[in-house]
This record gives sequence, structure tokens and C-alpha cells, in this order.
Amino acid sequence: MSYTTLSAVGRPIVTLLVLLAAWWLATWISGVPSYLLPTPQSVAVALWTQRDLLMWSTVTTLTETVLGLLVGTVLGSFCALAIVFSPLMQRWLMPLLLLSQAIPVFALAPLLVLWFGFGIASKVVMAVLVIFFPVTASFSDGLRRTDVGWLDLARTMNASPASMLRHVRLPAALPAFGSGLRVATAIAPIGAVVGEWVGASAGLGYVMLNANARIQTDVMFAALFVLAMMAILLWVLVDRVLRRVLFWAPDTTAALA
Amino acid sequence: MRRPWKWNGSSPETGAISMRDRPAAERIGATAFAASAPGLRIQNLALRYGTRTIFEGLNLDIEGGRFVVLLGTSGVGKSSLIKIIAGLARPSEGCVLASDGLPLPQRIAYMGQQDLLYPWLNVVENVMVGSRLRRQTAERDRAIHLLGRVGLAERATALPSELSGGMRQRAAIARTLYEDRPIVLMDEPFSALDSFTRARVQDLAAELLAGRTALLITHDPLEACRLGHHLVVLSGHPARLGAPITIHGPIPRAPDDDELLHMQGHLMRVLTELEPK
Repeated sequence: MSYTTLSAVGRPIVTLLVLLAAWWLATWISGVPSYLLPTPQSVAVALWTQRDLLMWSTVTTLTETVLGLLVGTVLGSFCALAIVFSPLMQRWLMPLLLLSQAIPVFALAPLLVLWFGFGIASKVVMAVLVIFFPVTASFSDGLRRTDVGWLDLARTMNASPASMLRHVRLPAALPAFGSGLRVATAIAPIGAVVGEWVGASAGLGYVMLNANARIQTDVMFAALFVLAMMAILLWVLVDRVLRRVLFWAPDTTAALA
Repeated sequence: MRRPWKWNGSSPETGAISMRDRPAAERIGATAFAASAPGLRIQNLALRYGTRTIFEGLNLDIEGGRFVVLLGTSGVGKSSLIKIIAGLARPSEGCVLASDGLPLPQRIAYMGQQDLLYPWLNVVENVMVGSRLRRQTAERDRAIHLLGRVGLAERATALPSELSGGMRQRAAIARTLYEDRPIVLMDEPFSALDSFTRARVQDLAAELLAGRTALLITHDPLEACRLGHHLVVLSGHPARLGAPITIHGPIPRAPDDDELLHMQGHLMRVLTELEPK
């Protein structure tokens, strides 16, 4: 294992251990009762004893998040294409898009649960509402900023508008699309969990709400831990895929390090 | 007779280079049209933005198969002019025609101020990008051969970001040759290169584009004198074209050629005096 991969894996582990130690010290010194702040040990025990429940809840929340991400990305991309290439669509769609973001998704959640039920659908819709705007905003921005020289060159080569879109504008906008997708991936679990809080029969948000009602704070912490791990792994996965697809885009992180 | 720099073909005294005089190896990529490349006829061209006139009354006849350089200072409207000729922008007045009366759009290749290589395609895919954009079958063998002509055969699968500025500009020349069009328009394509790399790429361009009708715009008097059979100065507000200046002898000219040095000095003085104080 090379030094860089070792440090890439090692650093998060060190961070985690330091946080755990600080947490344990805080519970030990302050003497806060465990129903307010459980000890790391009790959370670890809860993680183990509740493993079946937590696993199935994770599957539910992950399904909602990934479905929301897929639908939201497709929808967001089409919105971006529509507002970039049709001034008419821009005039009609843009106020709608802004309205959808102006209303907090927390305020919409009860309504969505009422309309789409306690099942997975209302959570997917919630995740879609949270993520499609960042995708639309960055992708349309990317589509609008195509280098004029690249388009001029394609035009002198007698490219049709459709062919220019496919071979010049779309690839040129991919890095911007990638940053939108990264933001979307980071916030997609928020939509799913908010939906579960309002009304659900499964999922990590549902587990947290139940545990809260029964003052099982250790289970709440366990669910929170699993949720964080899920969100981080999902983001890392999307980031890896994007890096592979955008192998040609300049990445200056190496120069900054 | 002065020996032209790095000239290894025949040296016709007239400066009119016909393809029959060139070695067979240099004819690759240039098909039958090259012997009869159409000229360009610029007629009464004007460009105005509102009340501001960029240029007006531009008239120029470019003979088929000649290398013409249009020289002017920054902001005089050179780029706008070449975009109009390339069909990328509309003039306010006037028109650009081919001397044979046939339509222009399918017969013009364009090289911009940057190399305009698409960063997501590798070098050989960039050379063949015209085929991809027109939904035609790409001719990979020809593209590889042309890359060999510009000395980039080994870098065919490299990404543009892995190449130096000179290499990128040579790849752009290969892409222009792949298009195989009788008229080539160049908008200061070598201005971003250092002077030694620029000289080498100029030689390559002059050699490989021989037989085509070429119009190069530049602000560099040395470049103009090295490459042009004819030079035209665009100057003034609104800008107008000066009388064409003919420099004799084959291109590319040696940078220490006496006539070239004299002409370069002359142009330098004229263009400096034309600048508003």
C-alpha cells in the first residue's frame, strides 16, 4: 500500500478515534445522564443489538436517496436543457423552479406525505425536490458557458445544431454538471430523512423518531452514525465515478497540496 | 539567387506555387482542387455596431492558391473580418464570394486564436473531429498520417492537456489539413507561441498549406513578411484596407532575408505611425 492511500484511509480513522475519545471524556467528566448523552460504549452496544433493524432501515433510506438522486438528476438535466435552449421554456420554467426552492421542503413534507402516502414515494419526491435545483443550476450554467471558439470551429466544420450539442456543448458542460451532482449527492439524504420524520413506517429517520419517543438516545445515536456513514460512502462513490468520467478536466488539487 | 530558408522543394521565381512543382510526398491530403483552389472576393464589406463603424468599404481580391496576410493593430476589426469571411458572423453591408461563383461554406477551414482542441478528445480524435461532427465515418489512417506530417505521430493518443503549446498548434494544423478544404482562414493562430516555436510552426504551415488559398491575419510584421505572397494592412477608424503589397519569392522566407528585413522595418514604422497618439 502506498503512502498516499495509507494516509487517505488513515486520516479519517485518526479523526474518528480522536472524536470518539473526546466524546468519551465528555460523558465521563461531565456526568451528563445517558438519556441526554450516551457513552460511546452504549452506542456501540446499540449498533450491535439493533443491527437487523438498522440494516433494514439503511436499505430503505438508501433506496429512497438513490432513487431521488436518479430521478432528480434526470429531471434537473432536462430542466437545464429546456431553459438553455428555449427562451420560452426559460420564461415559464424559471419562476416555477424558484418557487419550488422558495418554499422550504420541511413545510412541504406533511403535504407530500398526505399526497404520496407513508411509503417510499413521498420520500423520493422530497429528495427530488431537494436535489434537482443544484443540478439544474450548475448544468445550465455549464451549457451557457461553452467556449465560443469551440462552437465557431464546429460551425465551420458544418456541424448541425444537434451534433454541436452532443459533441461540443454537452461534454463542455460536464464538469459543471459534476459539481451540481456532488452537491446533490451530499444533500439528497436530507430530503429522504425529513420525509421519514413526518410520516413513515421504515427508514433511519423513522428509527430515530421512535427511539426519541422512547428516550432510547443510544439507538438514536447509532442510527445517526449509520446515516452519516451511508451519506459519506455515497458521496465518495459518486465523486470517484465523476473523476473517472471527467478524466480530462483540469484538476488543480495536486498543485494546491 | 538567395537561398530560401529551409526550402527543400523547387523555388519558382514567380512565387506562384503550383502543385505539380512539389515533391509527391507533400501532396498528401491535398487533392485535385489544390491546383485550382478558388480565390476569395471581398466586396464592399462594412461592419457597424449601432452608430459605431468598425470598418467599411473593404474590397479585396485574393487569387486562388496564394497566401495572403492581413496585418493590423489590435482592436481594428481583424477578427470580426475573418469571422465574416468564415460565415460565422454577418456583415452590415457587402459580401464575400468565391472567385468561381460556387458557394463558400463547405470549402473553408478555420484556425482560431487558440488551438481550439477539445480537451475531452485525444489528439487523433481531435484531428478527425470534423467527421464526427458531420456524422461521417472517420478516416483514422489519414489522420494518423497527417499527424506524422506535423511530427506528432507518437502523441496520437495523448490528451491535448499533455502537449506543449507548439505541439497543440501543430495538432490544430493537422486537423485543418484533415478537413482538406481549398480555402484556409487563420486568426492569429501562432500568437501565443514563443518566437522560436512560432517560426517552426510557421514553416510547417506554409509548407503544408501550399496550393490552398490562405488568409492569415496577424499583428506581427515578421510573421506577415515570412508567410505572405501578398500583404494588406487594415488600419484607421473606421478601418480600411491599404493597397496590397507583394513580396517576391517563395514562402516561408528566411527571417534574415534582406528584403524581408527591409519590409518588416517598413511595416513596423507604418503601423506604429497609424496608431492614435
